[in-house]
Amino acid sequence: MSDQIRLKKGLDLPIAGAALCEVTRRVAPGLVAVKPTDFRGMVPRLLVKEGDPVKAGTPLFADKKNTAMVFCSPVSGTVEAVVRGDKRKLLAVTVKADGKNESVRFDVPKISSLDKKGMTDLLLQCGLWPCLKQRPYGTVADPEAEPKAIFISGMNTAPLGADRDFTLKDEMAAVQAGIDALGRLTKGGVHFSLSAKNYAGSEFHKLTGVIFHQFEGPHPAGNVGVQINHISPINKGEVVWTVDLPLVAVIGRLFLKGIYDDRRIIAVAGPAAVNPSYAEVPAGVCMKDLSAFFGEGDVRVVSGDVLSGEAVGADGFLGFYDDQVSLLKEGNYYEMFGWINPFRSKKFSVSRAYPAFLRHKKYDMDTNENGGERPFLMNDVYGKVLPMDIYPLYLFKACLAGDLDKMEQLGIYEVIEEDVALCEYVCPSKIAIQDIVRKGIELMMKEM
Amino acid sequence: MAKNFFDKVRPTFSEGGKLSWLHSAFDAFETFFFVPNRTTGKGGTHVKDCVDLKRLLIIVVLALVPALLFGIWNLGFQHSKVFGLGWGFWQMVWYGFVKIIPLYLVSYIVGLGIEFASAQMKGHEVSEGYLVSGFIIPLIVPVDVPWWMLAIAVAFAVIIGKEVFGGTGMNIWNPALLARAFLFFSYPSKMSGDSVWVGGLSKALEGGTPWKGGEVVDALSGATPLSHASLDGLSAAGTSAWNLFLGDIPGAVGETSVIAILIGALILLCTGVASWKIMCSSVLGALLVGWLGQIGGVTDIPCWEQLLLGGFAFGTVFMATDPVTSAQTETGKWIYGFLIGALCITVRLFNPGYPEGMMLAILLMNTFAPLIDHYVVNANVKRRLGRAKTV
Repeated sequence: MSDQIRLKKGLDLPIAGAALCEVTRRVAPGLVAVKPTDFRGMVPRLLVKEGDPVKAGTPLFADKKNTAMVFCSPVSGTVEAVVRGDKRKLLAVTVKADGKNESVRFDVPKISSLDKKGMTDLLLQCGLWPCLKQRPYGTVADPEAEPKAIFISGMNTAPLGADRDFTLKDEMAAVQAGIDALGRLTKGGVHFSLSAKNYAGSEFHKLTGVIFHQFEGPHPAGNVGVQINHISPINKGEVVWTVDLPLVAVIGRLFLKGIYDDRRIIAVAGPAAVNPSYAEVPAGVCMKDLSAFFGEGDVRVVSGDVLSGEAVGADGFLGFYDDQVSLLKEGNYYEMFGWINPFRSKKFSVSRAYPAFLRHKKYDMDTNENGGERPFLMNDVYGKVLPMDIYPLYLFKACLAGDLDKMEQLGIYEVIEEDVALCEYVCPSKIAIQDIVRKGIELMMKEM
Repeated sequence: MAKNFFDKVRPTFSEGGKLSWLHSAFDAFETFFFVPNRTTGKGGTHVKDCVDLKRLLIIVVLALVPALLFGIWNLGFQHSKVFGLGWGFWQMVWYGFVKIIPLYLVSYIVGLGIEFASAQMKGHEVSEGYLVSGFIIPLIVPVDVPWWMLAIAVAFAVIIGKEVFGGTGMNIWNPALLARAFLFFSYPSKMSGDSVWVGGLSKALEGGTPWKGGEVVDALSGATPLSHASLDGLSAAGTSAWNLFLGDIPGAVGETSVIAILIGALILLCTGVASWKIMCSSVLGALLVGWLGQIGGVTDIPCWEQLLLGGFAFGTVFMATDPVTSAQTETGKWIYGFLIGALCITVRLFNPGYPEGMMLAILLMNTFAPLIDHYVVNANVKRRLGRAKTV
């Protein structure tokens, strides 16, 4: 029997445009991209040039610090462009699919025959290692590290997030194979969290070789960082690894089929989405291929959820770790006397300063800031949406001050941006809190 | 229409425009009328809650309105009573209105003037913090305070109390209380004693010309109940607990009526803008010390009556709960509020020369709030370190 952990703090955002549980679009591989910027702390070394033919599973670039760690093309075709930004920083490698769907065939032994070293080398070689992320800091896992355990969240509480029970319902064998493979990498076991409300209803409770935990509560209860904090918090010097559930299936497919097969079913949702539903796409899909979902007007295309995703633009690409595209209307309008309006019935607020708590409806949220940036003033709003034993305001201020000792003491090892995203959402001072934490983490990585 | 106006004059105030040195002021006015069109960043949270500081602070102002309205009436009522004028309701209100408006003008012109100037100097947007401070200040000073004194006090509170620390959100002491403390220590004769709390009374006394139909006895009844802080004293001044609760007694404009303050408290608690923990613990602290004083024979006032006296209720509801200067941690808030209540009554019980302890109790605890938080946060750090050892 698994333990049950009930979380009270947090917030389920009542945002309109949830995806209908139906795959309404199957996107054939067209233009796709692999973006080095998706992998924190990784400095890429390019392995291909424009025009090179590649297959699914051909390395496109490697990590400069550990050239064994390669990042592969998800489709077969030719390298279309090497996109660089300021100071020639590598931003993306795009691949134009040729429609042949050729894959590199890997020589995959039985999972049970592999030890940690063997498994690590195999995953590195096949370009699947980047599926593993490491806490602290949310970087790509260090193959040399000894993780305390591996954590997988089986519940997605992010606003409009993809329902993995739906997207992976035909992939149970792959998920199981992936979990078996991950089990070879750590002595601490693979921890798997499910929603307490839908424990038996979820196919995932039949998985074997995992240690189950049940969580109940609003977002961010589904965030793996929050779950780790309650299952086995990260202390100084400790390392844990996390894998997103869809990527567990990708790892599993390597062992079932012997190829790099990263097709995903993603949720395309949001207030600006036409017919919000699911789409089957190749990894790194170009947003142009999803334009049928875009509503009228000025739409922001977000790879990931509305709280911590990245605005990639209508011709951007899906992030490596994302299985969701959120579509929002841009909120670049003026609202007369908005803050004085007693009701403001079209906007949601978790604060009781507005009567939104009396209404039970979904809101067409847009990207308006709803106010100007101010210094930190209210001190009790952040703790209410962060279900961890952490004083968020003090952590943010330590990050702002660049105080390494304080950051360490106050819990920088336990959070990444997505865990504090709700703090940024509720902040009445409109402070870019994820940015503050991001800079704090980058400073820690540089100095420690 | 208004939008067109702002769009038209924006270039004048933008960088390079003729009036660019008033940019912060323009921005403040524009955002007052319109929630700006700014959108969220590319990498942060893409949607934001619709609450902002303007909304939270206007709710505090709203919560202060009952106390202000009652205070306006009470100004006229006290004046009419002491001078034996036998005024009707509207006459009283008009008197109070005429008395209070100049105080508000001074408070906002001086305070906001400094805020606008310093925001412009720093290149920031004008923060709304002073909306509340400026609204409170006239409510807690004697109504007859000379305008120039009030102006100096406001300037002191805003510059020394707030801007030198970095502006709104960075200050250590509650600016409104700092203004009052400044007046209290700089011009004690205008701030305490029996006569300052009724409009026109001290002037009449100084002039030496007694008022028509008035007796000296009436003048004594103009003293605030606190200067008679014993049961005998209270009943001698003709003040019952009901009067204290209702607030038809002399005192600072906003702080006499506990009913009006409770309405404000209700607004603040229902909207969640102020911390119920601080309010609760402050009341608990006051009750405990009041009760100890009662059974120890220091005072014969029942502990619950202490809650009705003087500035306790106003301070607890509106000033101890200031989110910037109070304790920032939830545990810390319990300690902070409790000590404010306890200190306030302690000062009352043991210092007959200075019966009103709330102002100093809050300022003192403002000073120590960071220390309380420090220990609360350190306990968390220790607990988290201890976690490492037990695993």
